[in-house]
Amino acid sequence: MSTRPGSESGGGPRHGVRIFIAWGVLTAILEALVIWVVGPHIPPKRISSASGAEHEVDVFLTYGAVPVLSLIWVYFGYAVTYFRAPSGDASDGPPLTGNSRVQAIWLGLTTFLVLALAITGTFDLLDNAGAGSGEGSNPLSKPANVGKALQVQVIGQQWLWTFRYPSYGGVETTHLVVPVGRQIEFHVTSLDVVHSFWAIELGVKADAVPGADNVAFVRPYQTGSFQVRCDELCGLWHGHMNTTGRVVSASQFNSWIHSTVKKYAGVTKYLPPYSLTYYPQPIRNAT
Amino acid sequence: MESATVPVKQRSSSPPFAGLLRTNVLWAVVFAILGYMLFHWLGGKIGPNIAAESNPGGTDQDDVAILMGLFGSIFGWMGGLGFYSYPLKRMAGRAPSLHEGEESGPGRYFRLCTDHKVVAMQYLVATLFFFFVAGLNAMFIRTELTSDNATLFPAGNYLTLVGLHGTMMLTMMSAGVIGPLGNWLVPIMIGSRRMAFPRIESLTMWLTVLAGFVLLSATLLGGFPTGWTGYAPLADQARAGIDAYLVSFLLIGIALVLVGINIIVTIVTMRAPGLTWNRLPIFVWSMLATSILAVLAAPVLAAALYMVMSDRSIESTFFISSQGGSPLLWDELFWFFGHPEVYILALPGFGIVLELLPVFARKPLWGYRLAVAGMFGVALMSFMVWQHHLFMSGINANLRPFYMFTTELISIPTGVIFLNGMGTLWRAKIRFTVPMLFCLAFFFNFLIGGLSGVFLSDVTSDTVTHGSFFVMAHFHYTIMGGLVFALMGGIYYWLPKMTGLNLNQMLGKVHFWAMFIFFNLTFFPLFAAGMLGMPRRVSSYNASLHTLNVFVSIMAFCLGLSMLIFLGNLVWSLVFKRERAADNPWESKSIEWQIPNPVPPHNFDTIPTITADPYGYGFPDQPTVDWGGTRTVPAGAGAA
Repeated sequence: MSTRPGSESGGGPRHGVRIFIAWGVLTAILEALVIWVVGPHIPPKRISSASGAEHEVDVFLTYGAVPVLSLIWVYFGYAVTYFRAPSGDASDGPPLTGNSRVQAIWLGLTTFLVLALAITGTFDLLDNAGAGSGEGSNPLSKPANVGKALQVQVIGQQWLWTFRYPSYGGVETTHLVVPVGRQIEFHVTSLDVVHSFWAIELGVKADAVPGADNVAFVRPYQTGSFQVRCDELCGLWHGHMNTTGRVVSASQFNSWIHSTVKKYAGVTKYLPPYSLTYYPQPIRNAT
Repeated sequence: MESATVPVKQRSSSPPFAGLLRTNVLWAVVFAILGYMLFHWLGGKIGPNIAAESNPGGTDQDDVAILMGLFGSIFGWMGGLGFYSYPLKRMAGRAPSLHEGEESGPGRYFRLCTDHKVVAMQYLVATLFFFFVAGLNAMFIRTELTSDNATLFPAGNYLTLVGLHGTMMLTMMSAGVIGPLGNWLVPIMIGSRRMAFPRIESLTMWLTVLAGFVLLSATLLGGFPTGWTGYAPLADQARAGIDAYLVSFLLIGIALVLVGINIIVTIVTMRAPGLTWNRLPIFVWSMLATSILAVLAAPVLAAALYMVMSDRSIESTFFISSQGGSPLLWDELFWFFGHPEVYILALPGFGIVLELLPVFARKPLWGYRLAVAGMFGVALMSFMVWQHHLFMSGINANLRPFYMFTTELISIPTGVIFLNGMGTLWRAKIRFTVPMLFCLAFFFNFLIGGLSGVFLSDVTSDTVTHGSFFVMAHFHYTIMGGLVFALMGGIYYWLPKMTGLNLNQMLGKVHFWAMFIFFNLTFFPLFAAGMLGMPRRVSSYNASLHTLNVFVSIMAFCLGLSMLIFLGNLVWSLVFKRERAADNPWESKSIEWQIPNPVPPHNFDTIPTITADPYGYGFPDQPTVDWGGTRTVPAGAGAA
C-alpha cells in the first residue's frame, strides 16, 4: 500500500500491506457483528417515528465508526508489536519527517467523511420532522400532517411535569397519555428554571425554558408505556422529576381525555388561559 | 533580557522563622479572612438599601454582603502575599526589585516568587491537591449511585458534590498543564531565563489556589445545585453557596486570561537566537494555541458570571424571563466560553503527547507543520461550534445543521493529530517507558472519545444522548482519557528534570495499567447507561440500570485506588527514596534535557543558540542547541 506513511523507502517486510489486510479483516468481522448482533439492539427501540429515526442514525453512525476504530486499533497494535526497539538497541529509527502525499490523502478522506456525515445528518434531521428533538418555536422541519396533529403542552416546574391539552379546553393533568398512530405536537415550556423533557422510549427530547416555547414532533407506532425524565439539572430533586407516560389506542385516548376533562372541569376554570408561555411570579426563593 | 551572568543567590543569615514575618501564604490566609469580614460588614450596610428597591420576590439572602466579602478576601489574599508592594514601591518612587522571593530554601514555595520553576512546582502541588479533592468527590458520587434511589446523601449535598467535582476538575485541570508544565517548560524550551511577566505568573498561581478554596467554601455557604454549568435562572434562585461558585470561577477566568497573555508574550518575544517558528517545540505551540483560546474565551465567562452576580445581588434581571431577561442568554454566553474551554483542556494533551512520542519512538515528529496547523485549526474551530451544547434547547433551532457541520468539521484537525502520531510510530524503535505507555493510551482513549463525539454531533442521534450519561462518558474519555493520561505521561517524563529526582518506574507501570484498565471499565459502560435513559447528575435512576451502575461504581473505586498508587509513587520517590536523576535519562534531544540536574535558578549560564528543531532523531550530526555563543545571532536568522 503506497498510502502508508514512509512506505516509499522500501525494504524490509511490507508493513503497509499487512496493516491493510489486517484492517480489512477486522473491519469485516466487526461490521458483521454490528449488522447481525449489536445493531438491532442499539437503543432506542423503534416504537415511534422519532425513536425509529434515532435508531437508524445510531446504527448508520456505528457502521461508519467501525472502519475508523479498527484502522487506528490495527495500526497502533501493529506498531507496538513490530516497531519496538530490540533490547539493547540504542539506535534511532529512520528520520522520516513527513510525506505530503499521505497527508493530503488523510485530509481528503477525513474531509469526505465529515461532508458525508453532515449531509446525511442534515437530511435525517429534516426528513424526520426534527426526529423528536426540540425545534424551537418556529420549527424548520414539520411533519406532513401537521395541521391534524394533537397538541400537548408539557410544563416543567420544580420538580413535576404537567401536561395541558389545548384542544380539550386546556385541561391540565399530571398524566401524559397520547393516542397511537397520530402525530403529536409537544409544546415544551417551564415555569421556573430550565428543565428538559425526555420521553425516553418515544425518542423525544426538548428543553423546557421559562418564557420560551419549544416544539417537538413524534408519532407513536405502538401502544405501551414510556418513561419521562428531566434531562437538565434543575435543582434539588432533579433526579426524581420523572413520570410514566402511556401510548394508548385512539378510542382509549378519547374516553380517557373526556373523563379527564370532566374530572378536572372545576380546576380548569381557575387555570390561566392556555398560552405558549407563562410568566409566573419571579422565581427567587425567599428562604 | 538580563545580562548573561546572574548573581548567585545566597541563603540569608537571618534568624530562623524570620521568614514567617515576611509576606507569605500564612499572612494571605489571615488577610483573606480579615478582608472577608470587613467587606462583608460593608456589604451588609449597603445590601438592604438595594433590596428595598428591588423587584418583587427579591431574595432575603444578603448576597451583596457575601459577594463583597468574597471579593474582600481576594484583596486580602493578594495583600498578604505581597502583590501590592511592587506597585506601591513604584508609586513611592523607589526602585523595584527584579527578583522577588527567589532565594533558595523551602520558604520560597510559600510566597510570591518570580522564579518560573518555583511557580510551576507550586502549581503542580496545588492542581494535584485539588485534582485529588475533586476525585474524592467523584468517589462519593459513585457511592451514592450504587443505589437506584437517593440514600446516602441528602439531595442538596449530592448536587453540591456533583458541582464541586465538575467545577473543580474543569477549573483546576484547565490550569493543570499550562500551570505546572507550561510555566516550567516554556521559558526553558525557548531558551529564556524567565517568563515575560514573572509577578503576573505568580499571581495566576496564587489566584488559582484561592479559587480552589473559595469553591470549597461553597460547602460552608450551603452548597450549590447547578453543577459546573451554573445554568441560570437556577443560579439566580440558588442559596448563597452559588456565590462562592461564581467568585471561584471568575478567579479562574481572570487567572486564565493572565496566564494566557503571559505565555503568548513570552513565546513571541523571548525566544533564544535561532529559535525560529519552524523549530519551536510542539508543546510550546500547544501552549500558544491554548493561551490564545484562554485569552479570547475566558472574558466571555467573566462577563456572564458578572451578570449572574448582579442578578443575585443588585436585582438585575439578565436571566429572568418574566422580567424581560432570558435564561437562554446564559446558555449562549456560557457555552461560547465552554466549548473553547474543553479545548483549553484538550490541546495541552495533544502537545504533551506529540512532544513525547518522538523521544520514545526515536524518530522525528512526523508532519510537524501539519500538527501545528491541526492545533490551530482546532483552536479556531472551537469558537464556531458552541451551539451543539444547545441542540435541544430550541434556541436558533434552524441553525442546527450548520452547527452539526462545524462540529463534525473539527474532527479534521483532530484527526491530523492522530496522523502525526501514526506517522511518528511508522517503522519506529519504540521504547516502552512509563510516559510512552500513557501516550499510547491517550490515542486509545481519545479515539473512543472522538468517535462518541460524532454521535453527539449528529442532531438526530443527540436527541437520544443529549444530557445523558453518554455525554458524561464522552467527555471523560476526552478529558480524563485524553488530558489526564497525557498529563500523567508528562509528569513521569518531566518530573525527573523538574525535581532532579527519579520516579519509580515499576510503580509507574503498575499505576499505568491499573489506571488504563479501570478507566475504561468505568466509563465505557456509561455510554450504554446514557443510551438506555440515565440523565446526568441524578441521584436516582431506573431500577433496570442498577447492576450496571454497581459495576461502574466498583470499577470507579478501583480507578480511585490506582490514583493512590500514583500518589504513593510520588511520596516514595520524592520524599523517601530521593534517587538522583540523570541529566538526560530519556536520551532526548530537547533543550530542557541538555541542562544539568538540578536546573540552576537562572536556567542557563549562557543563552543558548538553537540550531535545529528538537526532533532530530536519526540525524546524529544535528545538535539541537549550540552553547558556545551568546546572543550573536539575531532571533529569526538562520532559518532552515
